[in-house]
Amino acid sequence: MIPGSFELVRPASVEEAVAALVEHGDDAKVLAGGHSLLPLMKLRLAMPAVLVDISRIPGLSYVRVEGDEVAIGAGTRHHELEKDAVAAAEVPILPYVASQVGDPQVRHRGTIGGTVAHSDPASDLPTALLALGGTVVVQGPSGRRDIPITEFWLGFFETALAEDELIVEIRVPRTGSAGWAYEKFTRRANDWPIVAAAAVDGRVALANMAGSVVRATATEEALARGASIAEAAALADQGTSPGADMHADQDYRRHLARLLTRRALEKAAGAPAAAA
Amino acid sequence: MSILGTRVVRTEDPLFLTRGATYTDDLADDRLVGALHATFVRSTVAHGRLLSVDASAALEAPGVVAVVTAEDVADLVPIPPPFPFVNRAMTRPWLASDRVRFVGDPIAVVLTEERYQGEDAAEMVAVDVDPLPAVVGTAAAASDEVLLFPEAGTNVMASFGQPAPADFFDGCEVVVTQPMVNQRVAPVPLESRAAAAAWGEDGRVTVWCTNQGAQQARGQFGDWLKMDPDLIHLITPDVGGGFGAKIGADPEYALIAWLARHVGRPVRWAENRSENLIGMLHGRAQDQVVTIGGRRDGTIEAYSLVVDQDCGSYPRIGTVLPTLTMLMASGVYGFPRVHAQARALATTTTSIGAYRGAGRPEATSALERAVDLFAAEIGMDPAEVRRKNLLPAFSEPHTTPMGATYDNGDYTTALDRALDAAGYAELRAEQARRRERGDARQLGIGMSVYVEITGADNGAGTGEAASLEVHPDGTATVLTGTSPHGQGHATAWAMIASDQLGIPVERITVVHGDTDRVPQGGGTMGSRSLQQGGAAVHQAAGELVELARQRAAEKLEVDPEDLVVDLGLAGLAVRGTPGTGVTFAELAGDEQLLVQTHFTAAAPTFPFGAHVVVVEVDVESGKAEVARLIAVDDAGTILNPLLAEGQRHGGYAQGVAQALLEEVLYDEDGNPTTSTLADYPFISATELPSFELVEMATPTPMNALGAKGIGEAGTIGATPAVQNAVIDAVAHLGVRHIDMPTTPMRVFRAVQQAQGGN
Repeated sequence: MIPGSFELVRPASVEEAVAALVEHGDDAKVLAGGHSLLPLMKLRLAMPAVLVDISRIPGLSYVRVEGDEVAIGAGTRHHELEKDAVAAAEVPILPYVASQVGDPQVRHRGTIGGTVAHSDPASDLPTALLALGGTVVVQGPSGRRDIPITEFWLGFFETALAEDELIVEIRVPRTGSAGWAYEKFTRRANDWPIVAAAAVDGRVALANMAGSVVRATATEEALARGASIAEAAALADQGTSPGADMHADQDYRRHLARLLTRRALEKAAGAPAAAA
Repeated sequence: MSILGTRVVRTEDPLFLTRGATYTDDLADDRLVGALHATFVRSTVAHGRLLSVDASAALEAPGVVAVVTAEDVADLVPIPPPFPFVNRAMTRPWLASDRVRFVGDPIAVVLTEERYQGEDAAEMVAVDVDPLPAVVGTAAAASDEVLLFPEAGTNVMASFGQPAPADFFDGCEVVVTQPMVNQRVAPVPLESRAAAAAWGEDGRVTVWCTNQGAQQARGQFGDWLKMDPDLIHLITPDVGGGFGAKIGADPEYALIAWLARHVGRPVRWAENRSENLIGMLHGRAQDQVVTIGGRRDGTIEAYSLVVDQDCGSYPRIGTVLPTLTMLMASGVYGFPRVHAQARALATTTTSIGAYRGAGRPEATSALERAVDLFAAEIGMDPAEVRRKNLLPAFSEPHTTPMGATYDNGDYTTALDRALDAAGYAELRAEQARRRERGDARQLGIGMSVYVEITGADNGAGTGEAASLEVHPDGTATVLTGTSPHGQGHATAWAMIASDQLGIPVERITVVHGDTDRVPQGGGTMGSRSLQQGGAAVHQAAGELVELARQRAAEKLEVDPEDLVVDLGLAGLAVRGTPGTGVTFAELAGDEQLLVQTHFTAAAPTFPFGAHVVVVEVDVESGKAEVARLIAVDDAGTILNPLLAEGQRHGGYAQGVAQALLEEVLYDEDGNPTTSTLADYPFISATELPSFELVEMATPTPMNALGAKGIGEAGTIGATPAVQNAVIDAVAHLGVRHIDMPTTPMRVFRAVQQAQGGN
């Protein structure tokens, strides 16, 4: 439970951070809140030679409206998002989902950029972001580029981010009063989701049903065709490839995906919950 | 008014809550200056032949002073089984030499100048193991196809009892049998294991280690290291939880002392959390088969419990747990025929020890599930079946068919109080409405009635020592052989002394856990402390008053019979002459005022109670949540309700945790899959309701305080009540049994299967 030895780099700006990433290549890992990376390092499942600590770079924590979008700084901590008035008004699913991450300690340290970059399929905020759609803004040695959120996560701990790029911002559409819901299934309040379903405006994303968070495309298509919520939700696990662990085997995960999708869609549609 | 029975706030808490306690790993003792840090190299293979251990690379690593392997400890005699009834060939090497028997089996120790260097160097110790098939689960163990100790010729560590006679259930109208699992759980104290040792020039060793009884640990050190116990000064610093897993010493602790002599420098060790989850004793781990028979009118005539106890790799307290389970097999009931039988089996897993209740929760869970199964089979309300079969209230000792002699009990009143507090009839009505409507969230109502045995000393000697001294400045010191690790003895023992002496609680210091100051003691385990250690303090206070009376009589030139304790004075006054007297402090100024005593209870005590639990089960997902937990826990006279309630709350939490969440798991190769707290589902407050406590107090005649034990009742009562509630929530769908932990997937599958699905 003691990490291997590493060098700590503390850049003062995004540019310095990118320069450090260029210099150290795949020997380096970015440290933000540390609540995913540090446990892996303590278990020695991750042994980066260089840690680039971006937590002291100013100006990476904000939530603001820009046109039709809400821009969220990559360094915004879950707790800040949870309590943010702009987010609550413009994209209310995000403060709610932020409130469902881990426990208060995790929420006060973890950042939205960190959870997006980590690409754990059992993550709350990425599931909501995938349902929202939007853009991941990244900065590399040759400047900034936008990656559509639907193309960002490639698999378990695998993203479209290049080795020398840093996530600087997440942009999502303003959803205002559109219906939304997040149904997270756990055994304990502070757990990662065994399965979760996020629904916003007819789009549905699932946590922990594949190597990365995924959209329930069969459900979305059925809804677009005018299918009922029950009919559409029954298709939620189509195209997914869930894993098995002590909490759930594959069949049970598929069942949960269908159940949680139905409940999320019912809630988002303003229907009373199936059971009081 | 007596201070006893009042909610005195814990005097130890200001320190714990502000500056923090001093746990073993926090020690900054002069004797530990320059201590080396020990890091264990542990087997990553469950079972195999140890071919070689190559430490040459590790020895070159920064900060490494020594790497110790089996060859170096060859002068130490392997640790024999802790009980005479265990197969004598099942000894434990100090460090694995020719075979490894569980993931976590110590193979080598790396000693480094700094702690962090140890984990780096330990990775460089090359261990070559030729794997053998793992033995996971009692069925694999009992088959004896693969032996952990070939020289023993079997995996059976010990056997208890005989099979039931063939005609045992003859004449019963209904017989129900059910295999069930009382799963392996991890104790997870917040403070994991730690030890430190330093040798003096006088040939004595000072050892600090986190445990539940310094004197017992010292005895084990002496036995294992072949040392005169007088040469061992064992100190138990503040302890952050034990739950039974810190009873006595672990071999690692004694090895730390040996290593300190071996290298000629102090050595300290603190395990990390993953090491704790594989290295510290686990608890429970019984596979049970219950059979219960009786008449359709609800009368139960015969009950049989057969236990296979998974003991893990090396015999520890786990080997004796089934005897406690057997002793308490018939619990609160007056069944005419009771049978119990058990085997203790070796598997290639972490050893099993005591865990909050230690054998008794396993008995109660089996029994209370069996009664529910019987009730379901005959279609009778489970409360009614219980009432029909409970032993009638008794105030004279009652001996059960299993040979336990209960001091007193009134189980029907306990059940009725719990059901009344719960509003049982209305709960059943609400359940019926939800079933009628086919709600997704169904209500489950579970109950348990229990009796347990406490203060039954287990090899630690019987009774408890106490000494009490009043000092000339008016303060007092209590020395006790009990060993608090969260219970609040500093407050409780001070209350007992204060009650008889009039010295305020805050002026009384309680000393424990130092074998030089308190050479005798039984420690804290088995819910023994108040009824033995507290009773010893009570006896000491009485003896001190008598000693003071003789001295005061001489000093005041009065008849001792004319002197009475004046609590306001904190001394003795002449009867009928207020203001004339002498304080204990003044007497102590004349001559040391000290008594040393030993209290031995005539017999164990048998606390009892009843729990009612309400759960809501989402039948679409299978997830159960505890909505209410109503508990009657009769532990005799309560010394301090605040402390007693704390014990009850903690026990309920661990009971709910076992019923709903926790299980230590191994894969088929014997690899632990729950060795971090991300995987091992430790319960938190968010999974628990506010508990509803119902009072009942039937004093025991076994000690002057009237106290029975309260430390373990919570787990004993709550665990089966929660499990029964979860099953009750889906009983109308045809489900009769679900093993613990009642995970969402298990509940969902049970419903599917009952409904004829896949």
